[in-house]
Amino acid sequence: MPAFAGMAKWVVGTNAMHELTVSPWASLAYLVAGMCFILALRGLSSPASSQRGNRFGIIGMTIAVVTTLVTHVPIVQHLLVSDTGPAVAVRTIDWVTVVEILAAIGIGAVIGLVTARRIAMTAMPQLVAAFHSLVGLAAVLVGVAAYLNPQAFGISDLVIPLIGQPFAVIHPVSRIELGLGVAIGAITFSGSVIAFLKLNGNMGGKPIMLPGRHVINIALLAAILGLIAYFVTDQSAWIFWTITLLSFVIGFLLIVPIGGADMPVVVSMLNSYSGWAAAAMGFTLHNSAMIITGALVGSSGAILSYIMCRAMNRSFISVIAGGFGQSSDAGGPAAASDRPWKRGSAEDAAFLMSQAEQVIIVPGYGMAVAQAQHVLREMGDKLKAEGVRVKYAIHPVAGRMPGHMNVLLAEANVPYDDVFELEDINSEFAQTDVAFVIGANDVTNPAAKTDKSSPIYGMPVLDVEKAKTVLFIKRSMGGVGYAGVDNDLFYRDNTMMLLADAKKMVEDIVKALD
Amino acid sequence: MDFIAILSIFVLACFVGYFVVWAVTPALHTPLMAVTNAISSVIIVGALIAAAAPTVLGAIGAGSGVAKALGLLAVVLASINIFGGFAVTARMLAMYKKKERPVAK
Repeated sequence: MPAFAGMAKWVVGTNAMHELTVSPWASLAYLVAGMCFILALRGLSSPASSQRGNRFGIIGMTIAVVTTLVTHVPIVQHLLVSDTGPAVAVRTIDWVTVVEILAAIGIGAVIGLVTARRIAMTAMPQLVAAFHSLVGLAAVLVGVAAYLNPQAFGISDLVIPLIGQPFAVIHPVSRIELGLGVAIGAITFSGSVIAFLKLNGNMGGKPIMLPGRHVINIALLAAILGLIAYFVTDQSAWIFWTITLLSFVIGFLLIVPIGGADMPVVVSMLNSYSGWAAAAMGFTLHNSAMIITGALVGSSGAILSYIMCRAMNRSFISVIAGGFGQSSDAGGPAAASDRPWKRGSAEDAAFLMSQAEQVIIVPGYGMAVAQAQHVLREMGDKLKAEGVRVKYAIHPVAGRMPGHMNVLLAEANVPYDDVFELEDINSEFAQTDVAFVIGANDVTNPAAKTDKSSPIYGMPVLDVEKAKTVLFIKRSMGGVGYAGVDNDLFYRDNTMMLLADAKKMVEDIVKALD
Repeated sequence: MDFIAILSIFVLACFVGYFVVWAVTPALHTPLMAVTNAISSVIIVGALIAAAAPTVLGAIGAGSGVAKALGLLAVVLASINIFGGFAVTARMLAMYKKKERPVAK
C-alpha cells in the first residue's frame, strides 16, 4: 500500500488553474505566526514587557517553521514493477532529505547561538549588518530556487509540447514579485557586507566617491527596473541573472560612498530592505507569515531611518547620496583656531563632580571605542554614594546604531531609569552643575544652534553648554569631529578639557574620588 | 489567496507596523533591530519549500537538484539568523534593569 496516502490532504498542491493551494490550516497557522511577530515588536514598548515579547517572536517562528515542515514533507516516488500486474507508483518519505534539512537547521543554530553568546556589545552594529546580509542572501537563494523549480512553488504552468521536454512558464505576476525579491535581496546583501566592513574597521570610514556615481546609480536602477518589466514578457535566464548581478553591484555602489558615522541610517535602511525582500518572497509564495513580517520589518527600518535623519537634521536623500563626513581616524591638521581653552586633570574633575548636586553624563561613540562603559558606571556609583544625582543623556545618533549607547550602558549595569533621551533631559542642563561629555562631539556643539554657515546647523543637539561646568574628554586637541567642524564648546569659559584616553581618564577620576 | 487578498494583508500589516514601531522606546532600538532581523528570517519558509520539493517536470535549466541545494544553503543562513537573532536579543533585553530601591531608608 503506498505509504502516506493520507498525507495528500496536508500537502501543498496545485489546483486546476495551477495556482498555489495551501491547506486552510496551514494558512491559519501562518497568520497566527504573523500575530506573534506583531506582539514581539509590541513588547518592546518598555523593558518590562520586552522579554515576554521576544518569547512571542520565538513562538511565532516555531509555528511558521513547523507548519512548513509538516506541509512539505519531502516525498520520493518509486515505480514498483511487478510480475503480475501493471507498475505501481509508490510514494514514501524521502528520509535523506529530511535529515539534510534538519542538519541544515542544526548547523545554522550552532553558528547563530555561539555567535550570539560571544559577541561583545560594542560590536552589535557589525553583527546586525552581518545578519542583514544573511537575510538578503537567503532571499536571493530562495528566489533563484523558485526560478529553477517554479512548479514546486506553484508559480508556473507546465507546458508539454508535442516534441521536446516539458517546460514551465512562470506566471507574469509571479515574475514581477520574483524579480523584485531577488533584486532587493541582492541589494541588501552587498550593501550590508560593505556596511559590516566599514563598521568593523576592515574598510576605512571615509566615503569613497567614484566620479559620476549618481549617474551610474540611477542608470543601474533604471536598468534593473526595466529588466524586471521585460522579464514579464520573456523569462530567459540571461534576464534573470542580469537583474540579480546588477542588483549586487548597485548595493555595493550605494553604500561605499557613505561615511562611517552615517552608518546608523544605513543599517536602518538595510534593515528595512531586508523586510521588503521577505515581503516580495511572501507575495510570490502567497505566504501570509512572510508578508506580515516583511511589512513589519520594512516599516521598522524605515521609521528608524527617519528618526536618525531627523536627529541629524539631514534629509534621507542627502545621507544616501553619500560623500559626507570624515572617518573618525582622520587625524587632520591641528584645530585651526588659536582660541584659548582650559585644561583639567582627573583630580579637578573628581573634585568638581563630588561637590555637585547633579551630574549629567553624555556618552558617545568614543566611549564605545574605548570600552569605557564599565568604569563610567563605577564613577557614577561613587558619585551617587556621595549624594550626587547622576543622569545619562543620550542623543539619538550617538553611536553607530540607534539605541547603541543604551545597550552599552545596560551592559554596564546602569539602571535604565537613569538614562534619558534628548527631548526629556535637554531642559535640565541649565540646572545642572556638571555635564560630563565622554566620546560625543558633534552632538554637543552649540554652533548647530547659532552658526548658519556650519554644516551641522539645525541639527538638534544637547544643551551641555548651559551647565555650570562642562568636562570634555578627548584624546587630543587636534582632529575634528565627524562633520569636520571644530567644536565651539571647547573654547567656552565654563568648559574644561580632559585630554587622555577615555577609559584611562575615567579610571583616574574613580581613583581620585576615593 | 488572490492578489487583492494578500495585498490587503500587506497594507494592513504596514499600518500595524507603523503604530507598533513608533511605540518602541528609543532605549530599545538596538534590540528592535536585532529582533526584526530575526523575524525577517521567516524567509526560511521559502527555503524549506525549495529544499523539500520533489524533482518535478518543468524545472528550468540545471533542474531542481540545484534548487534543492540552494534551498538547503538558504536554510542554514536563515537558521543562523533565527537562532542568533533571538538569542542576542534575549541577551540584550536581560541587561536592562531598573534602579534598585533601597531596602530601608
